[in-house]
Amino acid sequence: MSTVFIALQANEETRPIIDAIEIDNPQAVVNRQPAMVKIDAPGRLVVRRETIEAQLGRAYDLQELQINLITLSGNVDEDEDTLTLSWNE
Amino acid sequence: MDMKATKKKLGMKERYRILTRDLGWEPGYQSKKAIFPYVEYEGIKVHDWDKWEDPFRLTMDAYWKYQAEKERKFYAIIDAHAQNNGHLNLTDARYLSALKIFLQAISPGEYAAHKGFARIGREFPGVGTQVACQMQAIDEIRHAQTQIHAMSNYNRYYDGFHAFADARDRIWYTSVARSFFDDAMSAGPFEFMIAIGFSFEYVLTNLLFVPFMSGAAYNGDMATVTFGFSAQSDEARHMTLGLECIKFMLEQDPDNLPIVQGWIDKWFWRGFRVLGLVSTMMDYMLPKRVMSWREAWEIYGVENGGALFRDLARYGIRPPKGWDDAEQAIDHMSHQFMLGLYQWSFGTAFHSWIPSDDDMAWLSAKYPDTFDRYYRPRWAHIKKLKAAGTPFKNYGLARLCQCCQLPCVFTEPGDPTLTCHRETVYKGEKYQFCSDGCKDIFEHEPEKYIQAWLPMPALFSELGGDVAAWMDWVSLRDGADNGDYDGSRDQRHFDEWRGLATSNL
Repeated sequence: MSTVFIALQANEETRPIIDAIEIDNPQAVVNRQPAMVKIDAPGRLVVRRETIEAQLGRAYDLQELQINLITLSGNVDEDEDTLTLSWNE
Repeated sequence: MDMKATKKKLGMKERYRILTRDLGWEPGYQSKKAIFPYVEYEGIKVHDWDKWEDPFRLTMDAYWKYQAEKERKFYAIIDAHAQNNGHLNLTDARYLSALKIFLQAISPGEYAAHKGFARIGREFPGVGTQVACQMQAIDEIRHAQTQIHAMSNYNRYYDGFHAFADARDRIWYTSVARSFFDDAMSAGPFEFMIAIGFSFEYVLTNLLFVPFMSGAAYNGDMATVTFGFSAQSDEARHMTLGLECIKFMLEQDPDNLPIVQGWIDKWFWRGFRVLGLVSTMMDYMLPKRVMSWREAWEIYGVENGGALFRDLARYGIRPPKGWDDAEQAIDHMSHQFMLGLYQWSFGTAFHSWIPSDDDMAWLSAKYPDTFDRYYRPRWAHIKKLKAAGTPFKNYGLARLCQCCQLPCVFTEPGDPTLTCHRETVYKGEKYQFCSDGCKDIFEHEPEKYIQAWLPMPALFSELGGDVAAWMDWVSLRDGADNGDYDGSRDQRHFDEWRGLATSNL
């Protein structure tokens, strides 16, 4: 199965977001590289607003991800609650 | 009781519809054909532009908000970098060669992409596409500006940064990137989209920005990490736009498939050749390296590109024609190109050098099948010549490829001991190429590529072969900007200033 990924800057804002992604995607592998964190997952990865809010302790707009996003891979689908990356195979 | 009903906040999909689609209108007194004259001649058939949608559903109001936030973060760090002698925190000043190439060759490409997206944002009839292209046009000019701004701090202290605009227009190695963007900008709107939005952004920019910026962090260059990641946060959106546009074309009409496939073949190879510059930056120019070019290719080329083309196979798309040749070239290209840069270093506005013993040990560990066998002996020979006081300089000018404009320094697929060279005759004139990929591209559109401005022939036709006059013309200061790093003013200054910064003597 092909890998999808999302890479975020390594900073204070993304720490709880990365935690949330790990909670929602137990199959994901978190690679910590200089100044960035790249999260790989087989086939599909979901980022959920509610999980981020629980980690962050405040309301969160998923589009805020744009600020710290470095790169991603896979077909994107986003609405107010989830951002999904997937490959069709 | 007159309680005010609170209006429900619009959902993302609804907001996207209102703030993009609903901005469009049906023209009344002009035909669509007259308003969008360039949308048909490439042969791409579109039946319903409304089927195109930005999967991030980013609207202009949110765009400005988040971009402003990115800029605030960017300038906070750039100020801190300038205020705290950030230029002395580098691993060493060899690192700056990578930055100089970036400034001379890549940042002007961002500006070219800005112009291109501003144009196709006007030329595409679909509103969703227009808005996304408009955002990308603004992103690209932001990238050019923030990169030039971030690197201007180095221009106060080091050589080779002062004339990047002249270098961009006139120096030989920058014409590789320039011809790539000129080629894209002079194509139709759909081809431009595949060239920049798909091949460059989706298939290739990860290789340029991600490991290289991570490398900048490793090498203590806070300014570059900041512009790099700030730019790359937009790239995620650009890649998504590129992928959506390609899917849109393929879903709109089956007749689009062969046209799209042809562009993928062409632009993959064009992009791969531009990245030859990046391979040397990653393998040779970063004093402290994050990963090799080969390792980056495994992650972002083989794994990610592979996944992408498996995904697109449902439309009948196959991997680009040059894919196998590219794979074969990966273990050779950075070495072949760096040897080229070193022997022509009198003509580069950055320094190159002979890798140290430690560097060569790293290279042989990263390239176990190729480095010791083919490239270490050549560096060893060059090192011996330098020690004997007769450093190796190649004052013969390189034969340039008519398509990618790189010197023909690459080898045959399957035989790394034989230089690859192709030629073709068109209208009685002979043209040279570095590879089958570049020759195929030329033969498909010869009338376009015979117009290419090639820097080496131009040196003769415009300056009579006078290298000193050429240096003046490209604003390259002989003995300061060019040549070996060992013994350079950059090396001397960096060592001296760092010494001053860390001691009281």
